[in-house]
Amino acid sequence: MHINEIIKILDATPVTGELCKHREEDFHYAFSSDLMSDVLRLSTDNTILITGLCNVQTIRTVEMAEIKLVILARGKKADDSMIELAKENDICILETDYSVYKVSGELYSGGVKPIY
Amino acid sequence: MIYSFDIESGNFTGAGHASSSVKKILKQLNVDNSIIKRVVVALFEAEINVVAHADHGNIKIILDNQEIRMIVKDKGPGIPDIGMAMKEGYSTASQKVREMGFGAGMGLPNIKRNTDEFNIESIVGEGTCLEMAVYLN
Ligand SMILES: Nc1ncnc2c1ncn2[C@@H]1O[C@H](COP(=O)(O)OP(=O)(O)O)[C@@H](O)[C@H]1O
Ligand SMILES: [Mg+2]
Repeated sequence: MHINEIIKILDATPVTGELCKHREEDFHYAFSSDLMSDVLRLSTDNTILITGLCNVQTIRTVEMAEIKLVILARGKKADDSMIELAKENDICILETDYSVYKVSGELYSGGVKPIY
Repeated sequence: MIYSFDIESGNFTGAGHASSSVKKILKQLNVDNSIIKRVVVALFEAEINVVAHADHGNIKIILDNQEIRMIVKDKGPGIPDIGMAMKEGYSTASQKVREMGFGAGMGLPNIKRNTDEFNIESIVGEGTCLEMAVYLN
């Protein structure tokens, strides 16, 4: 799925601004987790992280795991330090009020595959 | 080349700083992405462990054309039973660590999976030393 399509179906806010709009690539895989050690076990590239865990370590983990798109679910809001770190590392953050379950379902229906 | 970084305990905002710097260095050296990922995942988990479980620590990275060697040494409570600590799911992490998305007892097993060499030594009441290496070829 393309990021613009994801933003639309999730009614999401791209808090990293311009960085999100110019994302060309399609995302093929997603993973939902609030446990960062599990995120660090993934070996698939170009994965979306769907999470309700909202702190600077979420973004650090994503940086180490080479993930470029994070969807903060259930109304969680990224703070300035998260946004700054994300921008530094070319990571997009989307915020949505939908639950992790709903976000996962919408992306799945849109053709985004699970990793396992 | 040798690089050295200090780690402060309890500083969850700063945790990951060293791993992030190492990632940038390795990228600049054009190291293969899959190797970079293994290095930074192992290092990041080790860094988180110092922040979460010890008092303070130091990371030393030794780079040559064969391998990336990482030595993470801390002053802290040490690990009484290393066999137990290496088990998936074993954790003594605080609520605060769990709130940061860690503390499910997957750190040390993750480190082992991602490294070609892994050695852990610990003295109770003094501290812990992890030595890890990822080979370049
Ligand atoms: N540097 C350290 N100093 C003291 N204890 C440690 C250290 N690293 C790990 N441990 C102990 O080993 C356990 C397992 O570590 P780990 O697998 O990383 O899981 P977690 O950090 O999620 O608890 C920790 O809960 C802790 O009891
Ligand atoms: Mg750990």
